[in-house]
Amino acid sequence: MAKAKVATTSLCGCFGCHMSLLDIDDRILKLVELVDFNKSPINDIKEFTERCTVGLIEGGCCNEENVRVLRDFRKHCDILISVGDCATMGGIPAMRNTIPLKECLDEAYLNGPTVHNPSGQIPNDPEIPLLLNRVYPCHEVVKIDYHLPGCPPSADTLWEALVALLTDKPVALPYELIKYD
Amino acid sequence: MSKSLEADVKKICKACGNDRTRMMDIVRSVQEQCGCVSGEAMDLIAREVSCHRVEVESVVSFYAFLSTRPKGKVVIRLCDDVIDEMKGSDQVAAALKTELGIDFGETTADGAITLEHTPCIGMCDQAPAAMVNDEVVTYLSGDAARSMVRSLREHMDPKKLVGRFGDGNNGHDLVRSMVHNNIRQSGEVVLAPLAEGAALKNALAMSPAEVIRDVKTARLRGRGGAGFPTGMKWEFTRNAPGTQRYVLCNADEGEPGTFKDRVILTERPDVLIEGMTIAGYAIGSDTGVLYLRAEYAYLRSFLEQALHDRRNKGLLGKDICGKKGFNFDIRIQMGAGAYICGEETSLISSVEGLRGDPKNRPPFPAQKGLHQCPTTVNNVETFCCVSRILEKGPGWFAQMGSKGSPGTKVLSISGDCHRPGVYEVPFGIKLSDVLKLCGAEDAAAVQVGGPSGTMVSPAEFGRTICYDDLATGGSVMVFGPKRNLLKVVRKFLEFFIEESCGYCTPCRVGNVLLLERLNRILDGRGEPSDLPYLERLGQTIKTAARCGLGQTSPNPVLTTLKSFRSAYESLVKEAPDGLQPSFDIGAALGDAKTITGRESVHF
Amino acid sequence: MSETITFTIDGKEVSAQPGQTIMQAADAAGIYIPRLCAFEGLVPHGSCRVCTVMVNGRAQAACTQPVADGIVVENDTEKLLAIRRDIIEMLFVEGNHYCMFCEKSGNCELQALAYRFGIAAPKYPYLFPKREIDATHPDIFIDRNRCVLCGRCVRASRDVDGKGVFEFVGRGPQKRVAVNAEANLADTDLKTSDKAVEVCPVGAILRKRVGYAVPVGRRRYDHKPIGSDIEQAASKK
Repeated sequence: MAKAKVATTSLCGCFGCHMSLLDIDDRILKLVELVDFNKSPINDIKEFTERCTVGLIEGGCCNEENVRVLRDFRKHCDILISVGDCATMGGIPAMRNTIPLKECLDEAYLNGPTVHNPSGQIPNDPEIPLLLNRVYPCHEVVKIDYHLPGCPPSADTLWEALVALLTDKPVALPYELIKYD
Repeated sequence: MSKSLEADVKKICKACGNDRTRMMDIVRSVQEQCGCVSGEAMDLIAREVSCHRVEVESVVSFYAFLSTRPKGKVVIRLCDDVIDEMKGSDQVAAALKTELGIDFGETTADGAITLEHTPCIGMCDQAPAAMVNDEVVTYLSGDAARSMVRSLREHMDPKKLVGRFGDGNNGHDLVRSMVHNNIRQSGEVVLAPLAEGAALKNALAMSPAEVIRDVKTARLRGRGGAGFPTGMKWEFTRNAPGTQRYVLCNADEGEPGTFKDRVILTERPDVLIEGMTIAGYAIGSDTGVLYLRAEYAYLRSFLEQALHDRRNKGLLGKDICGKKGFNFDIRIQMGAGAYICGEETSLISSVEGLRGDPKNRPPFPAQKGLHQCPTTVNNVETFCCVSRILEKGPGWFAQMGSKGSPGTKVLSISGDCHRPGVYEVPFGIKLSDVLKLCGAEDAAAVQVGGPSGTMVSPAEFGRTICYDDLATGGSVMVFGPKRNLLKVVRKFLEFFIEESCGYCTPCRVGNVLLLERLNRILDGRGEPSDLPYLERLGQTIKTAARCGLGQTSPNPVLTTLKSFRSAYESLVKEAPDGLQPSFDIGAALGDAKTITGRESVHF
Repeated sequence: MSETITFTIDGKEVSAQPGQTIMQAADAAGIYIPRLCAFEGLVPHGSCRVCTVMVNGRAQAACTQPVADGIVVENDTEKLLAIRRDIIEMLFVEGNHYCMFCEKSGNCELQALAYRFGIAAPKYPYLFPKREIDATHPDIFIDRNRCVLCGRCVRASRDVDGKGVFEFVGRGPQKRVAVNAEANLADTDLKTSDKAVEVCPVGAILRKRVGYAVPVGRRRYDHKPIGSDIEQAASKK
């Protein structure tokens, strides 16, 4: 049987969810038997080279690049999973959602108590993706098939969910594996 | 602390007996005298009536007409309900804004005039209308609004805005209002004249139990819309243990599109007061309270006078009609801008000087109502029916109308019809006949029972106005073929969100979520799955909400999804490529583009 | 000895004393009815509606509805579970609930309800409201982002502490808990020992300098769903 293809990305996240995935210990050997990784920071494949069964999304969308990547994932993956609280509800980055973008930038680059910015300029290089007006949970941008909450979701949560999906079983997580922290 | 404020507040509190339960009167008076109920004033009130300051704040912050911050000497409140909008309130709003140089929610720099929106003020048959302090101005237009502001600037006296008085008692010395009655059809029950005291004398010739029996025999049901049998309510109240009992009249007519109580209060106050007095006799109460919505404050002096006249004639007060020991008097309790207070337990909360939160039931008001005493709360029109039943007999009453809904119903008809106004019709009348009466044969939809009622499609115009089919407190809003019904629904939802007390989760949050999804659909970003989403959410609110407001708030969505589903279906489409059509990348990048002066490299 | 009332919950016969609520009778019978605003020792509030049950076919809040002889109560039905789930999800999107750094996480009743209902993510959009934090008090802070307007603090301060530190102000979506002062919690007589501080089901009212006192894995709801204590009491009987 051909191995399932899996892609992963971290949008507006901290890579903590990826760390948690690596935290499955020796089960990682079993995982390698089950899947091939396509686009993912784990193998540093930058763009999709083939269609994938599962896409794991860490982080919400805070800028245009996140939206582009997320839409690309939706296009190339049969099943998309929001992994972690940032993908699911915006997470800590979403704390800015109650504050207008301009105020956020002014606080970060001009007015904040620890700011040292003699130029008095807010970074505006063309390479910097434009920020969205607020941080969006992934399912507000594209359709998401499953949510694995947690900050990060535990290695067990990720393992159970992945194995269930890849072996055509329903994703039914036991009580101890649905946690928001 | 300002000395004069202290003296004013002390005086006001003292006039109310330093009674915490008179909080509504206290804060209303403080606002009237001092322009607002400031933090300082709240501290003083709390001290005078021995309660916590935050309790005062909880009341002041609840009612739309009360404010903790100073407002202009004159407050213009433009009615923004759906009918007024249909009749051109947008142009009036624009004219007011330009002429005053301020936006809604603002006060002119000189502190003279504040501009606000307010939900239905009970003038849909003469829309667009506005309140200028307590005065009501009707049939507004852009020009009328401009000249209104100009003359206000000259004299700052809202009373002087009234040029020609309306018909009937609107021209009475104590009313002097430009409001019109627009009585298009009188019936024999509510709007017919009553020989003063005739019903009351008949009642007093019987025992209280016999009076209740007559009301039961007449099979009178509450006219507010819910239709609870009045006789049964009275019997429960009479039989509940307690020495003090209360009769409350619900004149907090706030359901958008309803204005029939305003006309009854203007033209038939005696029929109402007599009905309340009979209720007092029947349940064994010596105290009645007429809860008058703040929007009808212009009728207050007139009603006070009506009460006063009846006291002088021995029809109210001590030993009424010479009947030894039957004492009953009525005071008027003013509301302060809260639709929810039309819900009977909220009304009780408000009369007790609290936020207008509904109470938990049981106990029902009949067992423990006002100040924990047995209380009957009835609609204005219900009391009028009582008078007529006692005047003409229960048999006479019961043979009118339909089997389950005896008597007549006073309808308030507005919207796209030739003859908006008040119609007293027999129960059981077909909606199509109502539409013929008011000149609305080309109606594309009719909202019966106000926003909490039912949106009826032409295919259903054969349905009848009665408790078992189309129940209504009186509101009938007609929408012609050119109206966008989903925008009407949106307006209704906005109304419920504004008027929700916020006590229970389903109503407080659920309606906001309904509106969010409806807006998505109206923006052309809806999907077919949004329809079942709305249905499930609506059902949850309907089932789980705590009071009548919440339980009926999803009705605009649910009844249109049923009868006008194609209006929704034509706006939604399946999203391609697994994208969320509700996500608008252009809007999401708008701020950043402005701030950076750059364009997106991807979108 | 007062007469005993009998009725059924999901077909199971339950006995109760007159004056009890359906929730009290259910608790005694080892039947858990999910709840949030209800708290033993405080006057029932009936605001969260999580405890909605069907009584003779009509929806009622179990925390306020008195028992009556022969009533038929439905609790554990698909329809009611769906309604409760909806309500819990509403509370999550209404506020700003960042469980990942909330000191109450693991001991939070709102979170525990969501866990019990297996909610991975709410189906409603997050509303991200702007809410105020009040950290002026030396020992206690209020984070209204987490407030679910259950009114436990209002009732506890008024009825148990006899202080009236908290009260609801505003209405509808603008409704919030205010303090008995011009502006700040520091200007009230709230003490850390007050019942009002203890009863908050979420992390909206917290004692300062407590932090994450109990390690992950040993918190109240880490292993056992909320309501297990009530259900286990029954299985021991």
